[in-house]
Amino acid sequence: MNAILAAENIKEETAMRDAYCQTLMELAKENSNIVVLDADLMSSMGMVPFWKAYPERTFNVGIQEANMMGIAAGLSATGKVPFAHSFGPFATRRCFDQIFMSCAYAKLNVRIIGSDPGVTAAYNGGTHMPFEDMGIMRNIPNVTILEPVDSVMLKDLIKQTAGMYGIFYIRLLRKNAVKVYEEGSTFEIGKAVKLKDGKDVTIIATGILVDEAIKAAKKLEEQGIIARLLNMFTLKPIDKEAIIAAAKETGAIVTAENHNIINGLGSAVAEVLSENCPVPLERVGVQDVFGEVGPENYLRERFGLTADNIVNKVHKVLQRK
Amino acid sequence: MNENMRKELERFATRIRIETMKEFKELGFGHVGGAMSIVETLAVLYGAVMKVDPSSPRWEDRDWLVVSKGHAGPAVYATLALKGFFPMEELMTLNKPGTNLPSHCDRNKTPGIDMTTGSLGQGVSTAIGVALGNRLDKRDSYVYLIIGDGECDEGQVWEGALYAAHQKLDNLIAFVDDNKKQLDGYTKDVNDLGDIADKFRSFGWHAVRVDGADVEQIYNAIMAAKEVKGKPSVIVLDTVKGKGCSFAENAHSNHHMVVSPEQADMVIEELERKVVEL
Repeated sequence: MNAILAAENIKEETAMRDAYCQTLMELAKENSNIVVLDADLMSSMGMVPFWKAYPERTFNVGIQEANMMGIAAGLSATGKVPFAHSFGPFATRRCFDQIFMSCAYAKLNVRIIGSDPGVTAAYNGGTHMPFEDMGIMRNIPNVTILEPVDSVMLKDLIKQTAGMYGIFYIRLLRKNAVKVYEEGSTFEIGKAVKLKDGKDVTIIATGILVDEAIKAAKKLEEQGIIARLLNMFTLKPIDKEAIIAAAKETGAIVTAENHNIINGLGSAVAEVLSENCPVPLERVGVQDVFGEVGPENYLRERFGLTADNIVNKVHKVLQRK
Repeated sequence: MNENMRKELERFATRIRIETMKEFKELGFGHVGGAMSIVETLAVLYGAVMKVDPSSPRWEDRDWLVVSKGHAGPAVYATLALKGFFPMEELMTLNKPGTNLPSHCDRNKTPGIDMTTGSLGQGVSTAIGVALGNRLDKRDSYVYLIIGDGECDEGQVWEGALYAAHQKLDNLIAFVDDNKKQLDGYTKDVNDLGDIADKFRSFGWHAVRVDGADVEQIYNAIMAAKEVKGKPSVIVLDTVKGKGCSFAENAHSNHHMVVSPEQADMVIEELERKVVEL
């Protein structure tokens, strides 16, 4: 791992979906086994360039997520390396049994891309707003769950998974992410990135909440509270060592995620803490409610996915320390 | 098909049935109905059609069999053991702790099982994936797929039917075991399937219906399907659930049933006589 932090956390010029497509095009050039599957969302995912370049290796099955997962499993049984995409809810809850049996139980080799995580589904509304996708996938043994925070991390993780074997769930923002890492950074799956050290409290964040956590840490610093900041981009297998070290060295933890706190990052961290080093924990995230329609900024406020809420939770957790 | 070949395949089918019944006898229960109804198809596939190597079950250029109705596992295991994929004694371990022969087919446990199945409908999609992968690699091999008639209630079967035809997958040959019964009774009473062949035909498949207990009809249908280019094929098997086991054939509810040693012995004796006669 060699994560170089960006000097400024500003919106990236390249959308995440375009970085995804470019990365797969590069991989496909070198590896003839790379195949892409989609369920009628190739255009939404910005994958038309791949489709045009590699039509024989693109399987757009139409609106058949369950069939797609089975086909991906079958392709992998013949040595292909499938990347199968749909929106997060349809890539997980719609076809859980197919992922469970045809892919995971059968020990096959499939990368599942679930896009538009949580509130970023915005105008598609509650029906399309996955607060449960990582939780669903966490239930399946041996699945690796990744949530790349920006395009630099995305490219590195996609390239890594292409050379690995197993079932991967990659939770992917389609829009432009806020830059967290400099070009050339590399990451180790299963290892959290320490974005900032601190002694008073640790904020463990993933996805779009990483940027909020960075802002929160700055505000806290103005108040004299020095927070450690971890980007837990691998939800499973979770980095137990980093969590236990944070508990021992900072004595209080706040998690932050664009997902239901039940069976998401908050749950995963709570499990590690309670079994190893119980310290006060507060969880920023969706408090077990359904999503709703609206602009993303409204939704971030609505579900408390903000730097201000992280600051409040830090104050609360410090009182319990 | 000449008389010798027909007799040989009928003997193989009868032996598969005997070994399957021995598995159920040892266990005392099992999915008798749906295992017995596909025995002739298994005999034709492994006896005369499929390109497989028992000493190298994952040989890249083999033909594949996806038994989407995974509960027919015991009949497939008997077939594979008789073909030499694993020792015959293993058949006596069906469903016992630590066995390599679980109720439903598992590609990671049993040599010769190509795909993990059990949750119905899913084998259709995985078979399509395998057929697409083989076609991409220009392998000259077929994927055979066995679907239950009751299984055709699953929407995933029809998702696959649509896409296999769209992909013009002529290296995929499916069978529907039309034994007319599902767990809760007759398919026509639970959720009427209508004409299964017609449904596949309307999805763009080459579809025929044959007597699923007649090895010659099955063989000829497969050979004809191999000549069909530009579309997948389905052979609807007119079968009897529990075929060849009178106690099971006569039982109204024979999807999963208790098998007494006496019932099993009676069937085995009868079938052994048949092998000799053949």
